Amino acid sequence: MNSLIPLFIIIPLATAFIIPIIGKLTNYFAKTITPIILLVLCFFSISLLIGSKNESYIVGGWQPVNDIPIGIYLVLDGFSKLILCIVSIIGFLVSFYSISYISKYTSENNFYALFCLMIAGMNGVVLSGDLFNMFVFLEISVIASYALVAFGVGKNELEASFKYQVLGNIASFLILFSIALLYWQTKTLNIADISDVLKTHDSSPFLLFTQILLITGFGLKAAIIPFHAWLPDAHSSAPSPVSAMLSGVLIKAIGVYVIVRLFFNMFVFTYEIGLVITSLGTLSMIIGALLAINQRDIKRLLAYSSISQIGYIILGFGIGMMVLAKGGKESIAVLAIAGSLFHMVNHSVFKGLLFLGAGAIEYRTNTRDMSQLGGLSENMPITSATSMGASMSISGIPPFNGFFSKLIIIIAAVQAKFYLLALLAVVVSIITLAYFLKFQKAVFYGKNKNFKDAKEVPFAMSFSMIVLVILCIGLSVLAIPSVRELILDPAVSSLIDIDKYFNLVIQY
Amino acid sequence: MSLIVKKVAQLITGFIFLYGLYIIVHGHLTPGGGFAGGAIIAGAYILQILAFGKAPLLLVKKETGSSISESLAILLFLMMAVAGFFIGTKVFFNNFLPVGKIGELVSAGAIPIYNILIGIEVAAALLTIFLALIIYKEEIEE
Amino acid sequence: MIVYVLCFILFLVGLYGLITRRNLIKIVISLSIMEFSIFIFLVLIGYIDGGIAPIITEQVINPTYVDPLPQAMVLTAIVIGLATTAMLMAIAIRLYRKYKTFDIREIKNLKG
Repeated sequence: MNSLIPLFIIIPLATAFIIPIIGKLTNYFAKTITPIILLVLCFFSISLLIGSKNESYIVGGWQPVNDIPIGIYLVLDGFSKLILCIVSIIGFLVSFYSISYISKYTSENNFYALFCLMIAGMNGVVLSGDLFNMFVFLEISVIASYALVAFGVGKNELEASFKYQVLGNIASFLILFSIALLYWQTKTLNIADISDVLKTHDSSPFLLFTQILLITGFGLKAAIIPFHAWLPDAHSSAPSPVSAMLSGVLIKAIGVYVIVRLFFNMFVFTYEIGLVITSLGTLSMIIGALLAINQRDIKRLLAYSSISQIGYIILGFGIGMMVLAKGGKESIAVLAIAGSLFHMVNHSVFKGLLFLGAGAIEYRTNTRDMSQLGGLSENMPITSATSMGASMSISGIPPFNGFFSKLIIIIAAVQAKFYLLALLAVVVSIITLAYFLKFQKAVFYGKNKNFKDAKEVPFAMSFSMIVLVILCIGLSVLAIPSVRELILDPAVSSLIDIDKYFNLVIQY
Repeated sequence: MSLIVKKVAQLITGFIFLYGLYIIVHGHLTPGGGFAGGAIIAGAYILQILAFGKAPLLLVKKETGSSISESLAILLFLMMAVAGFFIGTKVFFNNFLPVGKIGELVSAGAIPIYNILIGIEVAAALLTIFLALIIYKEEIEE
Repeated sequence: MIVYVLCFILFLVGLYGLITRRNLIKIVISLSIMEFSIFIFLVLIGYIDGGIAPIITEQVINPTYVDPLPQAMVLTAIVIGLATTAMLMAIAIRLYRKYKTFDIREIKNLKG
């Protein structure tokens, strides 16, 4: 059993509780220790992605009794390794950015403590192998994010945080209720063991009710239409590093990851659930893009475009599930799921970069309104160049990485004979190009000359933005077959092979 | 609050504290454990604050003491869990102290120590929340 | 069977309070009531006919215990509910200091 696996939860949790004690003695402790800890976690996660084999870790050493797993399991397979890499890399770059951004707020130590707690919670959700452990770590990360959204206590932030909390609380009830219903039917909480018991069950309406409740609860966390009402307020009123973490990592690690894990590895594939997931993804894609055209606040526009891109990801997974449930060719499903996983990685990188750029604009000019900004490209060259790179990447222009991932999803939709979905995906991509061109022109190349004396942002902020734009161009290599086999194919095969997850856990 | 309430609060706070300690320490034999006992101990402190009013509290500027003891309790808990990496069958969260007879007070390995640490942590956390909402400084209006 | 219906009625009471009340504190209390109904449902799932409380003593030989796993789940979930309620109340108090009212129809700054 690899001893590296529980370290992903222990290290951020211990840091989050050391920071308030030592932070009362010196002011510089929190600012230096958090990026160092996240850099160490980056190295661990990349070494796990390239080097190790899939395995599970039994906490406390409780061996299975009669081949039934008891106790808490931490499971590491291809999909978890990919999400751990995303969380660690984006977390390190955002915490480096916030060294200079958060110096404008009071009580900085609390920010870094809550940030480490959020990272520990997300790592716990991704690594856990049974349902209730996943629920507890989900609650840890979500409560830390409620406090982070309300960090600068102005009127807008408090109202946005209250709306976010009420809807997030309702989502947690629905998740706990569906865990109770699943325990009632199967008398066990381990994900691999539930998949074993559900193979011999006939599909009753009770099971369908549980599946719909799970889609609703985790759909509220992942902000799929029609459960998106909290996202524009929360992501636009939060401080910018928090917006980048929320929109780039949190709604994927606790929303999309759990839906995919439960519906591909735990429940038996059915065609109806695939249809529900695909239609929700299509609705998110279209409505998110249409609502983003008319916005005047730059962070609200980016928040609505997040809803649209998450729709793309859910659409890819839904197409894969429908093809597998009908018994179609497996290569089409592999293509769809690989495209969705690639788009998850890409979306974290370029949406994080866009939010960090919007934060840099707000740091120097103290406004977020597009009608007042303009002509910033000559005074802030690094910010405008990286923001233009991210905008071209999200609209799907080669050679940036967004083009390849959207192309793979559209090709998979065409090969599975869903011509209408492919056409809608292309149309939404053109609409995305339209409003991002409007965003770039209004902010950087307009004719307003209000902010002539805005200087460039400090080094810590521009370093993160430059590294992210290099990643934007560099991640296009994931489309080359030899690199794709190393990184994406283990993740895809762990979702499609029905027995692979089960053998990982019960073997021990 | 009136004189009767203040006198009764002074007299029974000790008994409430002792009852909370009993529930924490016997957590592996009777129902209860860390969470419930910690809540009762926090109740003892909050009773004192409610009986004697806000005025003695405004002399305290911050809630530092309970905040530090909360973080220290969690760090000790994590250190004991990580010590399972080095002792015995090298797994995280191992139960490495000897397990005695069922039904005695000193038994069940490291579970009573975990219970005591969780009890301290829950009591300190509840007290910190209560103090933070009372010692609320008025902010400067914009 | 009737105990599950009673749990559902408690959930509906909490939902009614969440939808129709205008005061912020009453919304927080309604969310708490909704949570408690789910805790009661969880504990009722583990009931076995004729079972006793799952505590080992030396008096009874080979007894039938009720299921202790939902009880452990509910203990953890109660503490999580405490944390979310504390978070909601802290934000509600700060909202009162900013807007000078608890009425939710006055707090409408973010639109679109």
